[in-house]
Amino acid sequence: MDRPYIASLGLEPVLDKVLADKRLSLSEGQALYDCPDPHVLALLAGHVRTRLHGDRVHYVVNRHVNPTNICVNRCRFCAYRRDEGQEGAYVLTPEEALAKLEAAGPVDEVHIVGGCHPALGLAYYEDLAARVRRAYPAASIKALTAVEVDHLAKISGVGIPEVLARLKAAGVDMLPGGGAEIFAEGPRKTLCPEKIGGDVWLSVMAQAHAIGLRSNATMLFGHLETTAHRLEHMDALRRQQDATAGFVCFIPLPYLPGNNPLGEEAHGPTAMDVLRTMAVARLMLDNIPHIKAYWVMLGLKLSQLCLSWGANDLDGTVVEEKIGHDAGSESAQALTTQELEQAIRASGFTPARRDGLFREASHV
Amino acid sequence: MFDHAHVLTVAGKIKAGQRIDAEDALTLAESASLPLLGSLAQRVRKRLHPSSTVTYVVDRNINSTNICQCGCRFCAFFKAPGQAGGYTLTREELGRKIEETLALGGRQILLQGGHNPDMGLAYYESLLGFIRETYPDIHVHGFSPPEIVYFAGLAGVTPSEAIARLKAAGLASIPGGGAEILVDRVRQAVAPAKCSTFEWLDVMRQAHLQGLRTTATMMFGHVETWTDRIEHLTALRGLQDETGGFTAFIPWGFQPDNTALGGTKCSSQEYLRVLSISRLVLDNFANLQASWVTMGREIAQVSLSYGANDFGSTMIEENVVAAAGVRFRMDEPGVRRAITDAGFSPRRRAMDYSLVEVL
Repeated sequence: MDRPYIASLGLEPVLDKVLADKRLSLSEGQALYDCPDPHVLALLAGHVRTRLHGDRVHYVVNRHVNPTNICVNRCRFCAYRRDEGQEGAYVLTPEEALAKLEAAGPVDEVHIVGGCHPALGLAYYEDLAARVRRAYPAASIKALTAVEVDHLAKISGVGIPEVLARLKAAGVDMLPGGGAEIFAEGPRKTLCPEKIGGDVWLSVMAQAHAIGLRSNATMLFGHLETTAHRLEHMDALRRQQDATAGFVCFIPLPYLPGNNPLGEEAHGPTAMDVLRTMAVARLMLDNIPHIKAYWVMLGLKLSQLCLSWGANDLDGTVVEEKIGHDAGSESAQALTTQELEQAIRASGFTPARRDGLFREASHV
Repeated sequence: MFDHAHVLTVAGKIKAGQRIDAEDALTLAESASLPLLGSLAQRVRKRLHPSSTVTYVVDRNINSTNICQCGCRFCAFFKAPGQAGGYTLTREELGRKIEETLALGGRQILLQGGHNPDMGLAYYESLLGFIRETYPDIHVHGFSPPEIVYFAGLAGVTPSEAIARLKAAGLASIPGGGAEILVDRVRQAVAPAKCSTFEWLDVMRQAHLQGLRTTATMMFGHVETWTDRIEHLTALRGLQDETGGFTAFIPWGFQPDNTALGGTKCSSQEYLRVLSISRLVLDNFANLQASWVTMGREIAQVSLSYGANDFGSTMIEENVVAAAGVRFRMDEPGVRRAITDAGFSPRRRAMDYSLVEVL
């Protein structure tokens, strides 16, 4: 592939900006989405990926803890939530959560995310984080999305800054990027009417970044939104990042149409749409260092290919995951370090084991 | 970022509709970026298949026996004669499988099996006769070239005579299995007891001359080099120039679990490189199949943007790849939806790629 070919598709201005490491406009992002030859996106995103990360592909030895599936929100894409008292509803005691972690062996990252329980207050999460910190002094603790932080502030009667400060004091390093869904008001109101708006989500993240907590950012796509909505979402994130610089990794999450109220009203993205979105994200998010292909939701084979379309991270070993699998994800529950490293090497990249903050992790 | 000039020269030939030679193909294999390969393969696919149709066939993969004298090092399916776990389907079992196929609307079976010394030419002539009498609507796509060479050897006839007898008994077309890599050095290393490159190609030549259509496959990702893969592709292209009898090409990656050979699973990138280069070299093959059985639904969908135009078979049952640790499954509605979701129009076809109305 060469310059004249890219120019023949009307993308020479985009090419020049990519080569010069200049910011792409929303209309340029749209031109990428609309390009009749998607392979051009792979070339451009691959170039940026290599500029940032060489041939390295990151992964983490991690473990998920989902403390509860009881949730006051009723997001229509969710197959995981339960009402209190409903069959299958659960709350883990801190002891149970720790036991699950210990069964996984040594980890470099603990990922804690769950439902917005009506009564489970800040003290529970402080206690959980402190216990995890004691048990895993060197691991990154990535706990509570912006949505959960906002909810905890409300039910605990304290402000968001206090929630964040107390979590940080208990040992939390960073916030996961969940709950961003899609910021655009139209689809957001239909998808998750009870959930905080995009502006609140961004504001919680700004406050977290301000006290030295880092965070990830997600985008749920392939449901009711348009590609223009996705580009606005990415643009909002990069403007926030210009101001607070706390985002570590962007994670485009495919909508999975299983077992939820929205169901077949939306199909989820096609595999090519996933690849295009990885590439567009890599090209638009010039100030967020990492793009994750989350194999739990994408499957390992498509995640592998995402590495050639702009992604540089495969997430982790995980061990047990509930939220994506309740929505019909057919991926395995866990991968071994060896399986992940083999998948990375077979794709032509060099595995780089990391912690939650993408610092090099030593082999435990 | 851009592809090198010598790669772009080869790309120019493809864009101009010219044939590329083995050296050109090796240049692409060793030096072309995956985006360039995908882009070129997509261009060729659209030239050959301008509509958004993606075809598939409803058939059942029936393995008559897993008892096999071959002992191929990449195989997790076979049992040696006398080893525990060997089976031979009875006519009742075969009949039941065909009836289930008919009930699902299928009109074709893919009938293959191990090299079982108790099941020779006469056995299969009789079996084909039974199928034709009992299930006259069923198209038997059966017996890969190594099986035919094996039957011929047991019976002391030429492969050409074996094909004629099987055809007379009801065989309708021949699958392209057992090609592995059509380079004798590689065959010696992974499948020493299997027929030679010359024999494989000659079975296909004789079949085409007798009016039987066939497919062709390649199993890559074990001990072969890119030069070997390209030799495989150009050998097929040469025979297709001669006979025009191949309907489709189907590459798939070696699946290492439970095999003597072992190794690493083929990555998505490696699969798509091979797929797209196949599309670029095999300019006289109309159809290229995506292998959802080995790569899964998503990569099969993506394959349609890397040169493939066909989704292969619904399989109904699959034993050989499953024995090597890979278990993707799709029924006809699932295949149709996968194609539709990928932005294409599913059309059911027969073995010869004539379109079939869905009942």
